[in-house]
Amino acid sequence: MKTEREFVQPGAGEQFEYSYKAEITNVYPLTGMEKLYQIQLVDPLERERFTFRPGQFVMLELPGIGEAPFSITSSPVRHGDIELCIRAVGNMTRFLDRVERGTMVGISGPFGTHFPVEKMEGEDILLIGGGLGIAPLRSPILTVLENRSRYGQVDIIYGARSPSELLFDYEYAMWRQFDVGLDIIVDRAEPGWQGPVGLITELLKERIAKGHADRFRERTSAIVCGPPVMFRFVCDLLIAAGVPVEKIFVSLERRMHCGRGKCCRCNIGSTYTCLDGPVFDYWSVLNLKEAI
Amino acid sequence: MLFKVFPEAELTRLFELLAKDRIVGPVKKGEDQQGRPLYDFDVVHDLADLHLDYTQTIHSAKNYFLPYREDLCTFTFQNDDWQKEVDYGVYAPLVLLGLHPCDINALNKLDKVLLGGRYPNPFYGEKRGNMFIVGHSCTPQPFCFCQSMGTDSAIRGFDLFLTRMGDLYFAEILSPRALHLLEQIDCCDPDSSEHRRYLDLMEERESLFVAHVDTSDLTKILDLEFQSPVWQEWGQKCLSCGTCAQVCPTCYCYGVTEQVDMDFSRAWKEKQLYSCNLLDFASVAGSHNFRPESHTRIKYRYYHKHRGFVEAFEESLCVGCGRCGQACLARITVPEVIASVRAGKE
Repeated sequence: MKTEREFVQPGAGEQFEYSYKAEITNVYPLTGMEKLYQIQLVDPLERERFTFRPGQFVMLELPGIGEAPFSITSSPVRHGDIELCIRAVGNMTRFLDRVERGTMVGISGPFGTHFPVEKMEGEDILLIGGGLGIAPLRSPILTVLENRSRYGQVDIIYGARSPSELLFDYEYAMWRQFDVGLDIIVDRAEPGWQGPVGLITELLKERIAKGHADRFRERTSAIVCGPPVMFRFVCDLLIAAGVPVEKIFVSLERRMHCGRGKCCRCNIGSTYTCLDGPVFDYWSVLNLKEAI
Repeated sequence: MLFKVFPEAELTRLFELLAKDRIVGPVKKGEDQQGRPLYDFDVVHDLADLHLDYTQTIHSAKNYFLPYREDLCTFTFQNDDWQKEVDYGVYAPLVLLGLHPCDINALNKLDKVLLGGRYPNPFYGEKRGNMFIVGHSCTPQPFCFCQSMGTDSAIRGFDLFLTRMGDLYFAEILSPRALHLLEQIDCCDPDSSEHRRYLDLMEERESLFVAHVDTSDLTKILDLEFQSPVWQEWGQKCLSCGTCAQVCPTCYCYGVTEQVDMDFSRAWKEKQLYSCNLLDFASVAGSHNFRPESHTRIKYRYYHKHRGFVEAFEESLCVGCGRCGQACLARITVPEVIASVRAGKE
């Protein structure tokens, strides 16, 4: 028999609409389109308690302007002192493009699933990024580098449209110091570009040719971030090389208005990208209609 | 469950007792071209305005627990900083009087998704907690397929459920408050002949359904027929207007917009119920749309209702009320769409 209706836990509501007050402490232009925003939770206790895993996202709120999801691009060791790499492409991000340090914003999260780098310890890792996909990829890259001795061979493969659109180029020398392979390819060369020109799949094919099938089958995990069109080509190559579908991880982008599994905008079949993603293993992707 | 019976005339007293709170129930809004009455849920001040014998309302009662528009929070700006205030907008209890089983089951389904999981939605939860629900039995209409969806009777999700038996009301009681309410009117326990009468009535009602949907193996069929040309045909008919979602008792998806006061002193975040059939439902910044064509969106709608939700909660999100088909200007109905997907042709 039903008695009193007590659906909502006390305090749960506060949690639902709660956002941390945060300050944009620095803005660095990365290219003509993207900027890196350093955002710090104002309350020191909240900042310390804010923990996330690589691949998770936050909802960034600009009061009166809008709210949108962004993958955290910084390392989890920095807690509530996060970095977001944002391209000025929509209403809100174009506004964000004009804000200066000192602007107060709202942060809620972290939300969603993460790249299980802890389960990849002892394995070779392929980190594959296309275009802006390097933004969510940088968090697992930094996490792997911070714990470099726990992993086998680490390769980063990154493709951009042109050399001037390469993101985080000031960090490449630092990444390479950690004994990782870093290969970069561009669609379109510019004067002074010495590297290869072509599609990211070319680099991946070369990397696969250098590797051993046994190793791909038994001790390799892959993390893939990029535009929707890239996933199938890259993941098909990985599967053909022997990497098991459940050890390939992708981060999917969808429209979101809540981040909490309620607005339904990011729904794919029975799955909410905000709760069950944004990081999915490729087995789940194969089981979801229209995921990629 | 406890059962009582009371004479029809006692409904006046029951209404008076309930009228201490705001009552929302079916009222007559007008007539269609054939002269048949059109009903909708609205605030009822007078028992004479309440049409408990209504066929079906145009809209569901959704607006009272999931408002079409609702403020999520307000911001006050001061000295380069802002403060956020959240108000769930629930100030007084509400009585929903005369909900049919489909609409009660719709609430039960919404409870699962909106009150479950890691982030229960307090805007909905507070309203649900402040509701007293009186259900009322219905006569199946030609477009009702709730029997196929297993939602033709409500076994939970109400306080009191009334079934008209001639000059008597047969009452099912699910909450102490409903029991205390009935203690204040002239009612008694039903005797065995009234039990029989009630069961016969239920049996007769079950035989009146004409619209059916074959849901056997439907999740599997929807996966197998994902590329079926049938969807293209429905996509060509669909107007992408979102009407189906607005009249649906279980469609809950929404969008959020932010607005600023003219003098920049305040801003607010407003939620607006949306529809997955609208063109920009799945569009993201950078002008990429994950479902740009009409047929991908109508297909998604059916996948979410009849496949995705089943996988997550082991029941369909559709209650078979048939409102979407009645409201659709392109005459798209759920039984026809599902039958065509099963058959592989329209």
